[in-house]
Amino acid sequence: MSTYPVTADSPAPLRSWLLTDSPDSRRQAAWGGAYRRWLQFRRNRLAMTGFVTVVLLILAALAAPLLATHAPGAQDLARRLEPPSTAHWLGTDELGRDLYSRLLYGGRVTLGMVVSVVLLVAPIGLAVGTVAGYAGGLADRILMRITDVFLAFPRLVLALAFVAALRPGVTSAVIAIALTAWPPFALLARAETLAIRKTDYIAAARLTGASPARIVLRHIAPLCLSSLIVRVALDMSGIIMTAAGLGFLGMGAQSPMPEWGTMIATTRGYILDQWWVPTIPGIAILVASLAFNLLGDGLRDVLDPKQE
Amino acid sequence: MARLMIEVDGLRVRFGKVDAVRSVSLSVEKGSSFGLVGESGSGKSTVLRVLAGLNPNWSGHLHIAGEEQKPQRAKDFFRRVQMVFQDPYGSLHPHQTIDRTLSEPLVVHGFDGIDTRVRKALEEVSLPAAARFRYPHQLSGGQRQRVAIARALISEPEVLLLDEPTSALDVSVQAEVLNLLSDLRSARSLTYVMVGHNLAVVTHLCSRIAVMQSGEIVETVSAEDLRVGNLTHPHTTDLHTFGVELEELMQTGNSPTGRPGQIASRKN
Repeated sequence: MSTYPVTADSPAPLRSWLLTDSPDSRRQAAWGGAYRRWLQFRRNRLAMTGFVTVVLLILAALAAPLLATHAPGAQDLARRLEPPSTAHWLGTDELGRDLYSRLLYGGRVTLGMVVSVVLLVAPIGLAVGTVAGYAGGLADRILMRITDVFLAFPRLVLALAFVAALRPGVTSAVIAIALTAWPPFALLARAETLAIRKTDYIAAARLTGASPARIVLRHIAPLCLSSLIVRVALDMSGIIMTAAGLGFLGMGAQSPMPEWGTMIATTRGYILDQWWVPTIPGIAILVASLAFNLLGDGLRDVLDPKQE
Repeated sequence: MARLMIEVDGLRVRFGKVDAVRSVSLSVEKGSSFGLVGESGSGKSTVLRVLAGLNPNWSGHLHIAGEEQKPQRAKDFFRRVQMVFQDPYGSLHPHQTIDRTLSEPLVVHGFDGIDTRVRKALEEVSLPAAARFRYPHQLSGGQRQRVAIARALISEPEVLLLDEPTSALDVSVQAEVLNLLSDLRSARSLTYVMVGHNLAVVTHLCSRIAVMQSGEIVETVSAEDLRVGNLTHPHTTDLHTFGVELEELMQTGNSPTGRPGQIASRKN
């Protein structure tokens, strides 16, 4: 226990209750485990940086109406493409709209899209991969051939086809990106499952009489989760870029709606003369991607109990 | 018939084109303990995995507790027949606390009073209560094997299958685990089937021992006969002398007869 620095802000009785070697109840053990993980996570500076940045970005996006200085769609054609000033903190875009306000509102759209894609994709990939890996045989073959079909198309082309078939917009873009993004997760989860299914602890789980569904859900899926989280974190930047690509082709977020990728796409012609206009949303994408990556790395370490 | 807990008749297991087990027949009385001894690859662990229901590719007849068993077992079967694996480092889920590992069978079979049962199970295998919320990697090999034994016994089975339960452990811990197993057997009147390659360990726990060689049982002897060397099949004699010499070798560092010359020369 001496490895954890004692800080003044955590009262001693609660700390010792959380960090005790012999918890009295499951609840205490669970809280203690969570607290230990938090302490471990906190020691990882890079992960903490990522975590704080992600939290700040999400808070900024949620509080956009409070933080914004202008309406995100308000045009002022007399003051287009202005550099940063006191009136427009980050300058204005090609229609004289305030970039700072659009960046805040754009965060809602972009981060919202990324989060919804991940929430759709990770469970689907995990489910397909673990079921295919554990069941083997015919189920494995069918599920993997379906995965291959989705993998065979270039991501953006497939997403384009889906959005074109549906109606252009944020929701369609999310569905299209989700449809194209899940196969790598399924392959990853399947590979992990194949390694895990032969182990003695899974044999022991089968000997408890547990159903295959229970074994996959309670014994195999948690072990695939850590590598999946890292992969998701690495993929987030790719998802942002795909969303931007769709937006650029008019298939994603529609014109007045601020979205980081679309903001770059529509102003990319000004990169030489008014470089800050496309650069500022670019920096936002970079920061968000980096923060998600750092957070994912830190989470992987925390999710493995052996890392304590 | 009712006195027989396990009856195997003409068991045959194939892995691809290889016959891992050919026509093995054995019977184990209720409350007794039966040992299966043989070299690596003799098929002894395969027989055990068939009994446990982990290997569905077999033919022959198998009765456990008077019921004919098919490759697919009923859920209740897994409550009544349990297994302890060879490697305690691989048989416990690395992401689950001991508490999770022990409560899992109870949840699956719908037992009540899970909390007290887990407490009692830890006590029974003399593990400290502090171990309950630890992860496997925080325990020693002997402690892990105790957890594995506790997990096997927590659903109150009648048959315990032991796959070399001590071979991955330190010599000093082996005796502890063996004594624990023999105490538990008499306390709960369990039926044991134990697989091993160390005759001394198997004779310590089992009253009847079958010797396997390349997928067949070549001889079934009592522990008493084995101890005094009253053996008929040459392979059994080989295993026996080898075991004795290995023991003496470990004590003196010299092979007395020099017969398993490979070992003596490897020492030099």
